[in-house]
Amino acid sequence: MPNECMLNECMHDEGMPMRYLGLILSGLLRKKLRTGLTLVSLIAAFTLLGLLQAVNSLFGGAADFLGANRLITQASTSFTQPLPMRMLPQLEPIPGVIAVSHSQFFGGTYQDARSFFPQFAVNPQLLRDTYPEWVMPEDNWRQFISTRDGAIVGRTLADQFGWKVGDIVPLNSFIWTKSDGSRTWEWRIVGIFDGKDEEWNERAGLMYLNFGQFDEARTAGARGLAGVFIVRIDDPNEAGRIAAQIDAKFDNSSDETKTQSEQEFQLGFIRQFGDIGLIVNLITAAVFFSILFLTGVSMSQAVRERIPELAVLKCLGFTDRLVMWLVLAEAFALCLIGALLGMLLASAVTLVLPPEFPVTTDLQVWAIAGVSVVVLTLAVGLPPALTAQRLKIVDALAGRGDESILERALHRAMSSIARISGRGGNETEAA
Amino acid sequence: MSTFTQTREIVMMNLRSIPDRLAPSLVIVIGIAGVVAVMVALLSMSSGLSQTLGATGREDQVVVTRGGSQGELSSFLTIASMTLIKQDRGIARNADNQAMASGELIVITEVPRPGQSTGANVTMRGVEPIGFALRPGFVISEGRRFRPGVQEIMVGDGAAKQFDGLTIGSKLRFRGGTWTIVGHFKSGDAYDSELWTDRETLQGAFGRAGVSSLLAQLNSPDEIAAMDRRLTSDPQLDVDVRSQRAFFSGQSEGLTNTIGVLAGIVALIMAVGAVFGALNTMYSAVSARTREIGTLRAIGFGAFPVVLSVMAESLLLSLIGGVIGAVIAYFAFNGYAVSTLGGGFTQVAFQFAVTPALVLLGVALALVIGFIGGLAPAIRAARLPVTEALRAG
Repeated sequence: MPNECMLNECMHDEGMPMRYLGLILSGLLRKKLRTGLTLVSLIAAFTLLGLLQAVNSLFGGAADFLGANRLITQASTSFTQPLPMRMLPQLEPIPGVIAVSHSQFFGGTYQDARSFFPQFAVNPQLLRDTYPEWVMPEDNWRQFISTRDGAIVGRTLADQFGWKVGDIVPLNSFIWTKSDGSRTWEWRIVGIFDGKDEEWNERAGLMYLNFGQFDEARTAGARGLAGVFIVRIDDPNEAGRIAAQIDAKFDNSSDETKTQSEQEFQLGFIRQFGDIGLIVNLITAAVFFSILFLTGVSMSQAVRERIPELAVLKCLGFTDRLVMWLVLAEAFALCLIGALLGMLLASAVTLVLPPEFPVTTDLQVWAIAGVSVVVLTLAVGLPPALTAQRLKIVDALAGRGDESILERALHRAMSSIARISGRGGNETEAA
Repeated sequence: MSTFTQTREIVMMNLRSIPDRLAPSLVIVIGIAGVVAVMVALLSMSSGLSQTLGATGREDQVVVTRGGSQGELSSFLTIASMTLIKQDRGIARNADNQAMASGELIVITEVPRPGQSTGANVTMRGVEPIGFALRPGFVISEGRRFRPGVQEIMVGDGAAKQFDGLTIGSKLRFRGGTWTIVGHFKSGDAYDSELWTDRETLQGAFGRAGVSSLLAQLNSPDEIAAMDRRLTSDPQLDVDVRSQRAFFSGQSEGLTNTIGVLAGIVALIMAVGAVFGALNTMYSAVSARTREIGTLRAIGFGAFPVVLSVMAESLLLSLIGGVIGAVIAYFAFNGYAVSTLGGGFTQVAFQFAVTPALVLLGVALALVIGFIGGLAPAIRAARLPVTEALRAG
């Protein structure tokens, strides 16, 4: 009697008490081969889900942590159209602006074109004023300011190429020619910078060049062009007003501007690749549908084979609800194990990927995987679980299990097709 | 009975009983259809891209750019060097004894993207009047040509479809000027993603003195090497000379490869999942028929026909799955128009192309999955000891 009470209590429990774990496990291990094979399919599905969603989160939220306290002013036509340096003093006095720096994409390649990393020609002091997130000893900042051919590199980049302070790095620019016609520019490394926190450290894969040598040595026609302007503001809530004020200043001039937050600027850049998110989600859906079907059929088969056993459980006093929960828990356990292993595999893969593919299975990806486990469990586990719940002991002991609605419909359709084609076959045989 | 008759009978018997194991059989079909559909769709993206960019190239035309530049965007030629290059004797001349060469300027412009605040980068190309004669595939699909000296634009069909506000009569604002769209054109290649206007008008509006590149018609394709020698040895010039085909395929190579690798990885992981799904189904199929197989073996059927019968079932189911997947990919994606970032920071509009070769590849992949998925269960079926098999069920 006490046992039955416990059982009744369990019905209302949210989770499965630990003592049913053995029962669930033995259900899964009943056919090791089938469970194993299903598990591998699940692992493959979740590996793919982890990788694809990691790519997705790279494209979707890459710029999330960039504060809204910086604006980028670019030429309204395109960011590749450099803006002239004379605009800088016009930007500085706008109320709410703390500092303005300029940045020109250098487009240099080091050694071979495949080891690409971005470089920007900047004014060192202004860079420091607009990007306090980059941390470097005071001495190195002074060096950078006073060395006309100086360059500073992010820690990750320096580690990648084994650079030290004092090294000379030759870069071949595919955009900028020196006035003597050569395209090889030599830069002296005067400092290696870190980010202020983990996130900024991850972004420290770029190089800043002193604008001094850059402007002096490039062809005369290109001198005096600043690139884009980076405007640091004191209040992110004022961003819209300041951006509008900047753009209004240069309206109808030959250098019309477009000002947006740094975050929007980065996203706009990434969006140029097209609707990656849509494609990735389509693939994930296709993968999921296939796996769903696969696991679903195998689960319902497992339940059907065990109908007499489930009946025995009911005879022993397990309630209908509890049997249903047991079947559902089994599906959940299988999905959970598959998801965990698959996600771990995906994480391992993202770790060994070369730095050009900076995808990581972050919290968001794990959350998506978690939701998928629940959805998958319900989709594949609920139909057989309900079958198990409705089971009549008498029928079940006699081995008369109900077919699911889907299966019944399928069978009816197939048998009618078989009848038609069978008739056709007979006719040809007769002829 | 000969082995052949045995095999035929047992295979047919097996295939006829598939409807009785409908749900598990559908696992193979649907699982494989999913894998094949995804793989074919992804690969059709890369084949569509190379069709668009590959079709641009002609062997008897050359693109001259500044030495060392990776594309037109980072290239720059002064008017003086352009004039000098046009005098090269390898370049064909038309009836008026004009060099068949067009010095062209490209700039990047931003056009609105539907439903997004940030625009898409689109190439705006200024061409010389003779530039039209250099592109035999060029057709005006709507409207008219731009007039020199007026800020008028023609829009490629690919760009017109992908981006908002590029209909005839609408206006775009660049660099303080208003440009009117007067026509749409079709060329069936990478130019379809561009905006075209008169070169001198563009130079004026964007304050550019030179051009980005020079496209020239050669007297014969064999002259490239000689022309390359003449121009690169000229101390007044610093240029690269490439056939148009080499130039454009160089631009698309990276992107096409990336998509190819991506499709490969996704298909591989999915295929692993599907192989195990197929294994699962075939093992169940074998175990459901244990007694039947035992009976067959007892009355004298050999092990080989049993293996074949299981393999035949697995291959047939995966074939059906493969065909369904390829058909889905064809109807869902063939001709699906998208645009992405091409060489030189600008958009390339292209269409997914589900080619017959891709369909065959998809079906082949399906059969490979079916083969691997069927092999182990088939061998197990053949190895079943007759006595045990008869007692089963």
